[in-house]
Amino acid sequence: MNEISITHILFVSTALFFIGMYGLFTRRNMITMLMAIELILNSVNINFVAFNKYLYPDKLDGVFFAIFVITIAAAEAALAIAIIINLYRSHDSIDVEDATELKY
Amino acid sequence: MNASVIIFYILSAFILGAALLAVTARKIFRSAIFLLFTLIGTAALFFWMGVEFVAAVQIIIYVGGIVVLIIFSIFLTQKSGDEMPKPLRNRSLFSILALVFGFAFAYQLIYEHEFGQIVHKSFDVKVTEIGTQMLSTKEYGFVLPFEVVSILLLASMIGCIVIAMKIKPTEEREIQ
Repeated sequence: MNEISITHILFVSTALFFIGMYGLFTRRNMITMLMAIELILNSVNINFVAFNKYLYPDKLDGVFFAIFVITIAAAEAALAIAIIINLYRSHDSIDVEDATELKY
Repeated sequence: MNASVIIFYILSAFILGAALLAVTARKIFRSAIFLLFTLIGTAALFFWMGVEFVAAVQIIIYVGGIVVLIIFSIFLTQKSGDEMPKPLRNRSLFSILALVFGFAFAYQLIYEHEFGQIVHKSFDVKVTEIGTQMLSTKEYGFVLPFEVVSILLLASMIGCIVIAMKIKPTEEREIQ
């Protein structure tokens, strides 16, 4: 544990963030875009806990932030799935390029 | 080079490998399973860092809730064995460029930043401390976000049910 400094953990979380960003840009299926967003939220959680552990080990703020981020991510994922299901009923496809009603 | 260093390298390779496979898999069910592996790897990283409560919460909510929800929604909306189309070559190329340059820039910032004196105090997170601090109203108390998140969960639950509800055809004609 002494040889792993905070920059190692931040490398992992930064890489995970940018992998999720690539997935969000590249995917056309709405459910896989949601999966990429979950990767981004996970990277942020790792960041919070790492900063708490290495820089402020006597407080618990990072741990609480991580717990609240997990909770809000769960609520948001459920809502996104409900919207996707509703959109599937009217369009019969979950391709994001097919939802073009609001396009100018 | 003790065991915890080796375990950290194995865990981070597992997380990043599974994440890369999750965003590039052509079949959607495999993408969901690779996401599951990534989330389990992140929980293992939390266990390695010593925050067992957050790791347990991650497994219960993310792995046991969100991934199951995603898999059910895959079943409800499409055949899961078909191949998804590959992204356009331009879009994929520019996304890879954005990824590489963004990551290089961000990691350069992190690498150059001096994080000051890293005090090697022991990071002992007791669950009783998390509990008392979550419900305390004094300084460093988190009771306000706790209550707000409860209301948010209730609102999101009601919203999900209303949005995804199937209206019977007679009622739909009345509404329209």
